[in-house]
Amino acid sequence: MDATPQLLNVDSVRKAFSKPDGGELLVLDDVDLTLKEGEIVGLLGRSGSGKSTLLRLIAGLSIPGAGSVTYMGNVVKGPPKGIAMVFQSFALFPWLTVLENVEIGLEAIGVERTERRRRALEAIDLIGLDGFESAYPRELSGGMRQRVGFARALVVHPNILLMDEPFSALDVLTAETLRTDFLDLWGEGQLPIKGVIIVTHNIEEAVLMCDRVLIFGSNPGRILREIKVTLPQPRARLDPNFRELVESIYVEMTAKRTSDKSGDRPERFPGTGIGSVLPNVSTNIFAGLLETVDAAPYNGEADLPVIASSLQLEIDDLFPAAETLQMLRFGELIGGDFRLTPEGRRFAQAETDDRKRLFAQHLLTYVALAAHIKRVLDERPGRSGPWARFSAELEDYMSPDDAVRTLRAVVSWGRYAEIFSYHDDTHMFSLENP
Amino acid sequence: MTFSLIPISATKRRTGILAWDLIAVLLVLATVIFLADVGRGLIKPLVIGAPNPISLDPWALPEYAARTTLRMLIAMGCSLIFTLTYATAAAKSRRAEAILIPILDILQSVPILGFISVTVVFFMSLTPGHYLGAEMAAVFAIFTSQAWNMAFSFYQSLRTVPTELTEVTYSFRLGPWMRFWKLEVPFAMPALVWNMMMSMSGGWFFVVASESLSVGDTSITLPGVGSYIALAIAKSDLTAIGWAVLAMLAVILIYDQLLFRPLIAWTDRFRFEQETDIAPPTSWVLTTLHRSRLVGAVKRPLGRLWAWTYQVAPKPVRSMPPGTETHPKKNWGDRLWTCLIALLVVLALWRVSSFVLSGLALGEVVTPVLLGLITMVRVFVLIAAASVVWVPVGIWLGLRPKAARVAQPIAQFMAAFPANILFPVVVSGIVAFNLNADVWLSPLMILGTQWYILFNVIAGASTIPSELRDVGTSMQVRGWLWWRKIALPAVFPFYMTGALTASGGSWNASIVAEVASWGSTTLHAHGLGSYIAEASAAGDFRRIVLGIAVMSGFVVVLNRIIWRPLYGYAERKYRLT
Repeated sequence: MDATPQLLNVDSVRKAFSKPDGGELLVLDDVDLTLKEGEIVGLLGRSGSGKSTLLRLIAGLSIPGAGSVTYMGNVVKGPPKGIAMVFQSFALFPWLTVLENVEIGLEAIGVERTERRRRALEAIDLIGLDGFESAYPRELSGGMRQRVGFARALVVHPNILLMDEPFSALDVLTAETLRTDFLDLWGEGQLPIKGVIIVTHNIEEAVLMCDRVLIFGSNPGRILREIKVTLPQPRARLDPNFRELVESIYVEMTAKRTSDKSGDRPERFPGTGIGSVLPNVSTNIFAGLLETVDAAPYNGEADLPVIASSLQLEIDDLFPAAETLQMLRFGELIGGDFRLTPEGRRFAQAETDDRKRLFAQHLLTYVALAAHIKRVLDERPGRSGPWARFSAELEDYMSPDDAVRTLRAVVSWGRYAEIFSYHDDTHMFSLENP
Repeated sequence: MTFSLIPISATKRRTGILAWDLIAVLLVLATVIFLADVGRGLIKPLVIGAPNPISLDPWALPEYAARTTLRMLIAMGCSLIFTLTYATAAAKSRRAEAILIPILDILQSVPILGFISVTVVFFMSLTPGHYLGAEMAAVFAIFTSQAWNMAFSFYQSLRTVPTELTEVTYSFRLGPWMRFWKLEVPFAMPALVWNMMMSMSGGWFFVVASESLSVGDTSITLPGVGSYIALAIAKSDLTAIGWAVLAMLAVILIYDQLLFRPLIAWTDRFRFEQETDIAPPTSWVLTTLHRSRLVGAVKRPLGRLWAWTYQVAPKPVRSMPPGTETHPKKNWGDRLWTCLIALLVVLALWRVSSFVLSGLALGEVVTPVLLGLITMVRVFVLIAAASVVWVPVGIWLGLRPKAARVAQPIAQFMAAFPANILFPVVVSGIVAFNLNADVWLSPLMILGTQWYILFNVIAGASTIPSELRDVGTSMQVRGWLWWRKIALPAVFPFYMTGALTASGGSWNASIVAEVASWGSTTLHAHGLGSYIAEASAAGDFRRIVLGIAVMSGFVVVLNRIIWRPLYGYAERKYRLT
């Protein structure tokens, strides 16, 4: 047994939201997590993997359907004293000054006025906001606003600090400054906190900040793997060990899971039955990604972290694009690399009309839903059919929201391929001059 | 010499505060005396059939104006209390929401002017023999013209508080009371103040009707601008009408400067959108109040007292943001609640229909429905006519911010004018040229409500992105094409809001506008409005209730089958985000 005391214990937690039709949507399934003193734990995953939901369960803003969240030996049933949170959108009250924003948590628990003022000024000082006490949030830059968010959380002297993608709404430079400042304060032991949990979808950020990274998978949200980061702080992004770790997480996050619920998927390419949820990726991204990887210096095969940083794509954009291209047999994801198929390279080098023809061919062959819509329209009188007909069909397999998203994706791909058209005013698909 | 060392700015500041203190003391004293005076008037015995106490002397007007304003402010206070409680209950409780919001929807559509005669009797019976009852009835009438849109706006705001801010209040353990005042009220404030201004303008329309009340053969006159106008109309005194207009203008300007400008400047900080390139509104009153040390000294302990209530207000042991339950299931409580409401509805239906039908033959129900159709045609024609005029004007103004700044207060002032003011012109005109009252009385209905169309179109046109306009210019899109492809689609959602409000208001105004009198001449137009007005004058409660019910029915049905779908369509297709 480890000697360091446990701050937090999450035990086989499950969370589902009810759907309007009475069914339920499972967002977290069987999640375990512990936080020990002195640790920064990262929850890394794509959007929709339930990591923010887990953070809210820990914050006591929501209760699990099954399992338990225990903080310092007590089951969390509401926001506990000693856990504070930093929000993605800063969530400052625009009508309160910096000082009043920072004081609000102390005022809520009835800290006396002079004491409140003293502690607030102390936190403002610590986080590098002195001089801005009387400013309103609207007068501050994004980075300064998030500093207020940090000061507001630290002033209540929490044991655990929860951070929900705290740097993702900031520009790259500001985010880096804030991260470094935070790590410096944490390393010097100046922060009144004992442990940190940070939600992120940025792989490098996770490796830079965390002692442990939990990788989340989607549908339903669950922990796929835990990765320990033992590199000493401060960490350098260009350090080969750092790169290697980032690379291995890319591999982990793009690996095909044979253990997925529907087991009958083809070996190299994920399932494309009409029941699979499709991400709404623009055909511009497809073309851009294929062209980039096809051209020098990649010449048909590229390292994902490298294209992610050179194209400035977040993993929430890059992964769905790469996976959809894999589904369309224009590329393959192999061990953190993206390699184009011969057709993929042909697409990248073709002119617009040839591209469209090639895309249409692959779309009808490999995306079952596109082929299905085309076939149905062919058979129907008037060669047209309503949106509702297809969305009803999809809802047998997925949630209504996913059905809308999937149909939107197919509409935009179908329009590009010119295999059918869709009119938003009448909500009708048709084969008339697509 | 120590005196000479005092910097000039400091001495100036001292005297400034002294002057301000003097003004403040004077204001407070005057208010106390005025209130005492009004109070004496309230307990004065009410003598039915006493001669009309109103004098048409212009020197009486300042006092009348003050009394009218006081009534409006009291009504505004009541509306605020109603808003903070009713709308909050609706936004917080799923069960309360299910019943409170439809009720509010109906109340908004009910012709308030028809109400007055019914409520007067009730309030008079509360305080027999005193003016207090009549005053309460007048305040209530004004209240009913102010409260609904304020409550709706507050409810909408509460429903749209950003989730992360709500989470902050839970995460940092704010109690419900503190959350209400630190998050929810500030968030709702800008929209609420805007609606308060609208309500204040709308309230004037009802002042005239509520200050000189007559139910059957009982008639009560309360001193005020409204009854002054009523008397001037009865005596066909054109000069007095002029004085009344002047007094209203003065009052509107004063409360705009003393109340609404400071409020708007103050609530600017509560706007949630953080970036704007428009200069923030300013108010000299607010600046003075902010800088005055005297005000600061009074404010500080009050602020502490208020903060103290956050500590003593009860906090639930376990609290979580709403909507986080895993399985919000319908339980037995909900079912019982639904049954209870259904029972109440059946009971109310039975009560109303038995009341109305016991004194009326079933055939008589057909008359108000037919009259309602006539009024409906009027409303539609007028809205169309007003649109043709005000949409182009509004777009023109909206694209020129400087012109809009001048036009906005003027339009607001026009919106406050009760239709009665125009009676002399319209009635004399119709009599002189021997015109058809059915046609020529109609414009009075839209007199006050057409401005909603203008307001909203101006607002819409000013939000057209300049890039979109630049595209039009660079592509040489001009003339009719420009209107068809750029201007009209861009303002359409805003126009719908305006037209919807204007239509509702016009139904209401028909009660005043379909019967017009000037001196001894009274003109009637056929319509549901005049039906209700005549029923009130005759004190025929069954017909009043029947008329109100039919009119509410018309408004609700039209909203559901025409306005709402159109509004939804406009929002989906033309909203520029």
